[in-house]
Amino acid sequence: MRLHIDWTACDGRGLCAELLPELLTEDDWGYPVPREGVPEPPVPRGLESAARKAVDRCPALALRLVKE
Amino acid sequence: MTGVAAAAAVQRRVLAGNRDGRLDSHLARHGRLPALDAGEVIDLARDAGLTGRGGAGFPMWRKLAAVAEAGRPAVVIANAAEGEPASGKDKALLSYQPNLILDGLQLAARATGARAAHLYGPAASFAALRCLLAGRRDAVPVRLHAAPDAFVSGEESAVVAAVSGRGAVPADKLIRITRAGVGGAPTLVQNVETLAHLALIARHGVGWFRAAGSPDEPGTFLATVSGAVAAPGVVEAGYGVPLGELLAAAGGPAGELAAILVGGYHGGWVPADPALPVSRAGLAPFGASPGAGVVVALPVGSCGLAETARIAGYLAGESAGQCGPCVNGLPRLAETLADLTGAPDLRGVPEPAGLPGMARVAARRSRPELVAEVERLAGLVAGRGACRHPDGTVRLVRSALRTFEAEVAAHLAGHCLATEARR
Repeated sequence: MRLHIDWTACDGRGLCAELLPELLTEDDWGYPVPREGVPEPPVPRGLESAARKAVDRCPALALRLVKE
Repeated sequence: MTGVAAAAAVQRRVLAGNRDGRLDSHLARHGRLPALDAGEVIDLARDAGLTGRGGAGFPMWRKLAAVAEAGRPAVVIANAAEGEPASGKDKALLSYQPNLILDGLQLAARATGARAAHLYGPAASFAALRCLLAGRRDAVPVRLHAAPDAFVSGEESAVVAAVSGRGAVPADKLIRITRAGVGGAPTLVQNVETLAHLALIARHGVGWFRAAGSPDEPGTFLATVSGAVAAPGVVEAGYGVPLGELLAAAGGPAGELAAILVGGYHGGWVPADPALPVSRAGLAPFGASPGAGVVVALPVGSCGLAETARIAGYLAGESAGQCGPCVNGLPRLAETLADLTGAPDLRGVPEPAGLPGMARVAARRSRPELVAEVERLAGLVAGRGACRHPDGTVRLVRSALRTFEAEVAAHLAGHCLATEARR
């Protein structure tokens, strides 16, 4: 699975970076930055449930889990 | 070798013949469009190696096939939105050879099984287009949509949004428009020049098309040549044409040149080397590509770093305002680059209370750590948006730091090589 960020929806609340610190950090303005440096970071199996939680809890509905 | 040189020479194909835009002139020169079925059009585009002339250079046949394979009634859109200030080739083509564009649009409709066709572009061209469309009796009727004059209005998903009656701003790419675009229909958005080439390939064949350009990058392309040249304008040449020949076709350099911007405001700076082939392969070492054919000649005496800071400031202002990293990052990137040049463009920057303008200039002294900060910000915004506007801006800024490396060092030491060259 990969984590897709809809940048037109994201308003930088920062919840995803808190729930997925292994995958995401924040930029100067609070928007998520994939640690991998790729636009759609791959989600390791062990982090899938945390990623699902981030998707479900994003207040802007800006995150999606997409199949490889 | 002569064959290769001729293939990559300045020549007229889509711009050939009478440029009056009339249907009778068009039919007299090109004749009627041959009757081709969907598979034949896709095969022609594939075998010709026709790539998109709007900037990205994506193989046209792949898009045609993706839309056709969706198996639902499709929508085709001819894209003549040319938000790039340094580009004028689509406007020129619309006025000189609109029938080739409309022919190509009908071929694209045939290839994809589309029942609706649209042309999206400058409203100033619509009166003439309406007259033409009334006389053409096309199989698929064409509707016209005005493109706003904004840098990102021609981006594929922005085109779909505009034709759908929404604002012309880019959308998230989770679902490709070739699967679900206008009204949920599989949608093809194709630059008007690409469509014009397809209309010629349908008549003259793959072999004729491939006789221009190089085996890997066949065909001709339209270039808008501006800046320090004697006769700025739109010229046509085979891919791989030496930069010097392209400039010569626009009247030749007006004085000594410092560098060339290729590919437009999302492109890259390359050395003013007349032998440099204008092709993907030839420009790749400089992180540039022909893009949509924009070529701007920078004269000796103009500072490439200051010019890039000015363009970066313009691009920051052209953000559609949707994506956080672009909205916040591009202005910061442009300001940091302006600080690095030491002569920031202060237009639009709010005046701090009680500080006269000169004091602000003095406070913005170039410092070595600004180079690292430009790099950091460039890395931060790239790849983080619904469209490639941040990526294109980063490409330009990075190429400026490379090509104008000596100028960067001079500015850090408090002077400007270009200004000194003028003395």
